[in-house]
Amino acid sequence: MDSGVEKDGWLLSGNEAVAQGAYEAGLKFASAYPGTPSSEILEYLAQFDEVDCQWSVNEKVAYEVALSAAIGGIRSLYASKHVGVNVAADPLMTSAYVGVNAGFVAVSCDDPNMHSSQNEQDNRFYALMAKIPLIEPSSPGEAKEFIKKAFIISERFDTPVLFRMTTRISHSKEVVKFNTRRDVGPREFKIDIKKYVMVPRNAYLRHIILEERLQRLEKFSNRTSLNKIEWGKKSLGIIASGVTYLYAKEMYPDASFLKLGFSFPLPAEKIKFFSSKVRALFVIEELEPFLEMQIKSLGIKIKAKHRSFRIGELRPEYIPEIIKGKSKKEISEKARKPLMCPGCPHRPVFWVLKKLKATVAGDIGCYTLGASSPLSTLHSCLCMGSGVTFQEGFRHALKDGKIVGVIGDSTFIHSGITGLINSAYNKVKGVIIILDNRTTAMTGLQDHPGTGRTLKGDRTNHLDLEKLCLACGADTVDVIDPYEVKELENILRKRLAEDSLSVIITRRECILLSKHRNNPPKYLKENCNRCGMCLMIDCPALTQDEEGYIVLNENLCTGCNLCVEVCKFQALIKNAG
Amino acid sequence: MQDNINILFVGIGGQGVLKASEIAGLAGMFAGYKVKKSEVHGMSQRGGSVESHLRIGRRIYSPLIPKERVDFLVGFDKNEAQKARCYLKKGGLDLSEKLDLVLKELQNFRSLNVCFLGILSCYLPVKEKYWLKAIGAEIRKEYLKSNIAAFYLGRKIGGGV
Repeated sequence: MDSGVEKDGWLLSGNEAVAQGAYEAGLKFASAYPGTPSSEILEYLAQFDEVDCQWSVNEKVAYEVALSAAIGGIRSLYASKHVGVNVAADPLMTSAYVGVNAGFVAVSCDDPNMHSSQNEQDNRFYALMAKIPLIEPSSPGEAKEFIKKAFIISERFDTPVLFRMTTRISHSKEVVKFNTRRDVGPREFKIDIKKYVMVPRNAYLRHIILEERLQRLEKFSNRTSLNKIEWGKKSLGIIASGVTYLYAKEMYPDASFLKLGFSFPLPAEKIKFFSSKVRALFVIEELEPFLEMQIKSLGIKIKAKHRSFRIGELRPEYIPEIIKGKSKKEISEKARKPLMCPGCPHRPVFWVLKKLKATVAGDIGCYTLGASSPLSTLHSCLCMGSGVTFQEGFRHALKDGKIVGVIGDSTFIHSGITGLINSAYNKVKGVIIILDNRTTAMTGLQDHPGTGRTLKGDRTNHLDLEKLCLACGADTVDVIDPYEVKELENILRKRLAEDSLSVIITRRECILLSKHRNNPPKYLKENCNRCGMCLMIDCPALTQDEEGYIVLNENLCTGCNLCVEVCKFQALIKNAG
Repeated sequence: MQDNINILFVGIGGQGVLKASEIAGLAGMFAGYKVKKSEVHGMSQRGGSVESHLRIGRRIYSPLIPKERVDFLVGFDKNEAQKARCYLKKGGLDLSEKLDLVLKELQNFRSLNVCFLGILSCYLPVKEKYWLKAIGAEIRKEYLKSNIAAFYLGRKIGGGV
């Protein structure tokens, strides 16, 4: 919603600022798979005609396409959440050997505290492991400026740059000024087999170059203004990077700071100099002791947080506790749990699976919420694609169980296809449900190959899941509207009884996309025997009053009528209108 | 004025918590202040607890408000406000105490968030015109009229008009 005001700056999130900065730096190509907290980077870039950008099928694909675009000569960017970098780790590791040609920056948005993730790994270690430079902004304003520098560093040292954000930077906002775009002409791509073909002999020679490059990067780290000293009182010196720098500055504005924006390779000389000038020296960092370990290995005496603070995110009020050397006080989390939306097409599927007492191998998406009580009908969730592969593994181990794998449409295309081929190839039977809501819902309704639309909103080839599953080797593929609860139950019972590999696609548009609403059901209090069965579907529109009768919130209800299916006493009946 | 004013918005996914803090942030920006805000998206938004930290002022470092430094708690849900009360500083104001009154007077509960901005506006050094400009920048045209009405209802409840 544009106010129509001529903008020279705006309240931008860290993600938007990264995109704005990359755009201003002459970015020509960007690719990503959506994932909280990273998705808005590509969504923001999609507005610019000068930037060719895409939702890729997964992060490995995204990384390879963006890297090779840079090798081809245009400035390119990859973005994903922290666990997405795991999927891209294969090309990432060897990309350090081949280098880039035009600038290439890989943005990793880590999620300390797991606001919307399955783990809180610290991706700074990828820089150490891959031997590539690491840049960490502290705020949206810095994110915009630092990403420009990242492209320059990438080109100057012929290396991918890891640009590490965290949720509290990606999803913080501040006023960021806009600058004009500086177009950078394409760099010539020269055939260079020794550089771009990583066979053992060539890779050995590239590893030598990589080591030399690292030494030059360390010298640069000592010189660059990305690593800056802010002198305050000499009694307390703090080394910090990322958003934790701001937390420390908030609580100790008068301390001396060595703020690390270029945090790998570390500026050893600058750290030694800073440590020699302050009386007490602390490193304040979120998650793992990435800086602490390296600074200690330089032989510098430095105090760091108690290991209990490695769990979860830091907050400003934790900084004095850390400085006092205390351990973390665990606060009892009383946060209200997230729920599937009213009318969510996943809910009937989990209701039927619960009724059939199935063991459910789950996956990553809104439907992971099927694990929460009282549905409690999702029994594993590890990573993208694990709904299919865990279904198989459970079948190898639990011969008699009613085992079902569930996976979303976008997740299936990301990582489920290979698992399905694996099951078919290895003659494993079973039932996979693809919860096809025609979008990537949890991360904010992004398109994917199954929707037939691109990131820019253009129509494109539409991936036919039915044909795909048959081609993978599924014996049967059923497509069903999950609102047809009885039919869904019948098909599931039938397929579970067969000795075959079957895929059931439950297809209905996500309720957040769908404009279609039915009338809320009628509640006949006189028929209600207060059994509470309808509450077992965990719909936000249904609550119970003090006497145990049902309260139907008509503002929330979308008229999916699942509660009508569930009620055995005709207390909830369809309202045709 | 102190260095900055700290406002914590809390509620449940779908109540417009993030929209409210966005409008207030823009109003602060239009008035020429530094603004920082912080919130989380994704899973927690599906009907779960939602909070947004907003800081407006002259010197701000952290995007998160430190504990016990919240000047105004703006809660759209009683339970969520109750849980967040420990973030209030001594003498800080809990605007969620006006919730019953707002719910009684408000025609359309979808404008609850903007109505609370009307109350909040009575306490901030941000002129009315900047609030209206921010609402205009963030609310779709077809809902503008009802939201501006809700904003003025809030101003009335807050005692600013």
